[in-house]
Amino acid sequence: MKQIKVLGSGCRNCDLTARVIEKQAEALGVEVAVDKVTDVAEILAYGVLRTPGVVVDGEVVHAGSVPDGRTARLWLQED
Amino acid sequence: MLHPFGLLADAVTYQLLGLTPGTRVADALHFFVQDVTKIFVLLVTVIFVMGLFRSYLSPERVRKAMEGRSRWAAYALAVTLGAVTPFCSCSSVPLFIGFVEAGVPVGATMAFLIASPMINEVAVVLLLGILGWKFTVLYVAVGLSVGIAGGALIDGLGLQRWVEEYVWKIRVGDGGEPGIGRSLAARLGYARSQVEEIVGRIWLYVLAGVGVGATLHGFVPETFFAQYAGASNPLAVPLAVAAGVPMYSNASGVIPVAEALLAKGVPVGTVLALMMSVVALSLPEMIILRKVLKPSMLGFFAGYLAVAFVTVGYVFNVLRF
Repeated sequence: MKQIKVLGSGCRNCDLTARVIEKQAEALGVEVAVDKVTDVAEILAYGVLRTPGVVVDGEVVHAGSVPDGRTARLWLQED
Repeated sequence: MLHPFGLLADAVTYQLLGLTPGTRVADALHFFVQDVTKIFVLLVTVIFVMGLFRSYLSPERVRKAMEGRSRWAAYALAVTLGAVTPFCSCSSVPLFIGFVEAGVPVGATMAFLIASPMINEVAVVLLLGILGWKFTVLYVAVGLSVGIAGGALIDGLGLQRWVEEYVWKIRVGDGGEPGIGRSLAARLGYARSQVEEIVGRIWLYVLAGVGVGATLHGFVPETFFAQYAGASNPLAVPLAVAAGVPMYSNASGVIPVAEALLAKGVPVGTVLALMMSVVALSLPEMIILRKVLKPSMLGFFAGYLAVAFVTVGYVFNVLRF
């Protein structure tokens, strides 16, 4: 199962990001665990300055905008 | 400049709807159609081009470049970066900590936070398209000066003690180069997503701003402004700044209002003071920054901006710009 973290201080764009990923995962039938990380110290520990950021299995793949569905699918399909 | 939007507004107002030129409704509607179409075309173009440019320049990278630079180099970089990076205000906190942790002086970081909402490529292009280059140069110069002076003041007075202690303990990790792929297609896709995101965030402010501007333009007589907001009323400038605090909008929403006010003969200094107060002095931003700044710093920040904007207003009104 893919471990996904959405980094953000709880703004609207962070919710949207989590929703995009969950929707794509459901469509692909991939099992994911999406966690929202709102603690600033933890967000910065990933080196991300612009939220929302996305971490897939410990690796930062995105920062600074709500990803589109196509991008999210690529993260979910990788292996 | 940008004449086609005037023609389009002519066609809609006078031909399609058959309104008589010179009437209040026709004037207001003409203003509305012209500004809405012009602003949205400009917005989409500028955000797309800047998104493409920004796909080559991330704050993460700039932060690394600023690490260990001299104080003045840091100021210059901070304000420039603030001007070319419009960021969602929810990124203020991580950006603030990230910069401070990289050794950027607190004042320079504050300069960045002051300059960013006031000056950005969207504001500049809208100002150029609607109010002309002279006003644009004035606005940008004043905004940068207020940002740099505020930052220098904060460092000069040693106010970094007004930053919350935990900020100094956070360590920023190295997440590599997150985000967009390096291919042109990925960069174009990023630029497009920026357009969707930013226009999606600000379109309501733009419509509201143009609506207010159109109403002022069509329905409020010039004598009203001459009486209450003319250069002869010394209270007009501080009142404009005070009025701007509860009003929260971004630069694109406030520009059409400024356009209408200037056309009604309100002095440039008063209009500048109002615009900057609406854009830079905002309660939601203060609440977000409370996470990293102590109340005394927020008070200083707000007080400094209010004094700076009132000063700007008086200076330009006295100089009769």
